[in-house]
Amino acid sequence: MAMMIKETRCVGCSACINECPNDAISEQSFAFAIDPAKCTECIGFFSEPQCAAICPIPKTCIINPDVPRYAAAV
Amino acid sequence: MELGGLKTIAQLRVMQPAHSRSGQPGCGSNSASGQSSCGSAAGQGDLTPEIWEKVKNHPCYSEQAHHHYARMHAAVAPACNIQCNFCNRKYDCSNESRPGVVSERLTPEQAAKKVLAVASAVPQMTVLGIAGPGDPLANPEKTFKTFELVARTAPDIKLCLSTNGLMLPDYVDRIHALNVDHVTITINMIDPVVGAKIYPWVFYNHKRYTGVEGARILSERQLLGLEMLTARGILCKVNSVMIPGINDRHLVAVNKAVKSRGAFLHNIMPLISAPEHGTVFGLAGQRGPTAQELKALQDSCEGEMKMMRHCRQCRADAVGLLGEDRSAEFTAEKIMSMDVVYDLDRRQAFQEKVELQREAAAAAMKSELETLAGKHSNISILIAVATKGGGRINEHFGHAKEFQVYEVGTAGAKFVGHRRVDLYCQGGYAEEDSLETVVRAINDCVAVFVARIGGCPRDGLIAAGIEPVDRFALEYIEQSAITYFREYLERVRTGEIRHTQRGDADIRQGALTA
Repeated sequence: MAMMIKETRCVGCSACINECPNDAISEQSFAFAIDPAKCTECIGFFSEPQCAAICPIPKTCIINPDVPRYAAAV
Repeated sequence: MELGGLKTIAQLRVMQPAHSRSGQPGCGSNSASGQSSCGSAAGQGDLTPEIWEKVKNHPCYSEQAHHHYARMHAAVAPACNIQCNFCNRKYDCSNESRPGVVSERLTPEQAAKKVLAVASAVPQMTVLGIAGPGDPLANPEKTFKTFELVARTAPDIKLCLSTNGLMLPDYVDRIHALNVDHVTITINMIDPVVGAKIYPWVFYNHKRYTGVEGARILSERQLLGLEMLTARGILCKVNSVMIPGINDRHLVAVNKAVKSRGAFLHNIMPLISAPEHGTVFGLAGQRGPTAQELKALQDSCEGEMKMMRHCRQCRADAVGLLGEDRSAEFTAEKIMSMDVVYDLDRRQAFQEKVELQREAAAAAMKSELETLAGKHSNISILIAVATKGGGRINEHFGHAKEFQVYEVGTAGAKFVGHRRVDLYCQGGYAEEDSLETVVRAINDCVAVFVARIGGCPRDGLIAAGIEPVDRFALEYIEQSAITYFREYLERVRTGEIRHTQRGDADIRQGALTA
């Protein structure tokens, strides 16, 4: 799995991009987005996904259900 | 859509905590206890020459300066590291004027160009503040890069920042090295139990801390940061949001704590919590203070240190005199196509003229005050004033977006606050009768000084017990207030009028149209 950002909820504040240890977040035209190939849910870095921990809007940075589980998490 | 790396409001929709509000410090008002002074027309008052030099042209640190000098905020800092119950990051009304709201955010390079453009068009602009729309120190690279660029291209502009304080201890040395000599910290509590009711969480050391634990970290970091700044001689103002029933009484203890750590000025601001803002407090029905509740708290703290009363809680991209906003003239799109020539000589010449005006106003106040010499009375009154700046009564009643409030007694006239009266933005319609709005906002005032006023509002004000006064049109505010007061005492003595205590007044809560 990886994290994802719900585009309709993102306010574009950019807080997540500064915290991502994998450089997986980029600015898209209407919101920020996470590259699932780069995201590790912060496993191996921190105790919780940093994007979700700093995001000001609840339920915006969530687990991406469409992506296979990150290998190290299994 | 993307405009050269900058976002429009449609994407941004960011807003931020009260702390980043503009409010910078102001040397506040003159105090009944004789504590403060830079609020007085005399200017320097009891400030040391070093501090006076730092604040005399800073609209946010000097009440007196705010009548003459302008500031600008550069919205380069969108990210925040804490959550406040008085803030809603989703709000997107571009007409709203309150802290944390911006129409577009800028890169440091765009911000530096904007500073030059504004400094050329508005020669009385003396201060660049970075105040959000998030927290400047949650965006340290953008914030410091902006300061570096501006220090190179516009060396006469004072730099300041406004922060929630969480990351302050880590950046004090950098702030000092960049000659940022004014810092505002928003401190709403020193007791984490109180803090837990204001801050749902803080993000610190890669972890989200909630409740009392989060508030304790925030409080410790804020007070440590304040001590470190004052130890380096950096002028600090503390902003506090007054939240009735949550921290209103506690703010007296906050006032003592920040004073003992060397804060220069304390700015207690009313909570803004209209339900339509969608903040936790707004949705929960948490009310803000009334004008007299706010004034009573400010007065009770004033014996301890200088209190700021002229904060307009402005947007993180505001431009102009406090109380006005010219940011629409300087959008990123416009400034990028402007051909800017930075003319330091012209700016200095303009500012010299402003200084002459200030001196003339102070001299007029002083000579008028002499006419009250020997008179002693327990009577004091509040007077509302329509002004466009410059220390004069120079605004038409119907055009005023705010009224400045002066308290006048035999000791003199002092600025004690301001009342916004522009219309609510509710689905784009102003639904209220505007005269009623004004009456509610200045209901505690005996008179309102204006440059002109129409017949209809004149009658309405008289019916509400507020005397409309246009005979001081274009005169100096404080001098006129003392003249009026002297005559008021005489009218009371002869029995022409009876002096009674006026009631309370409202603080505007709604979203505002600029």
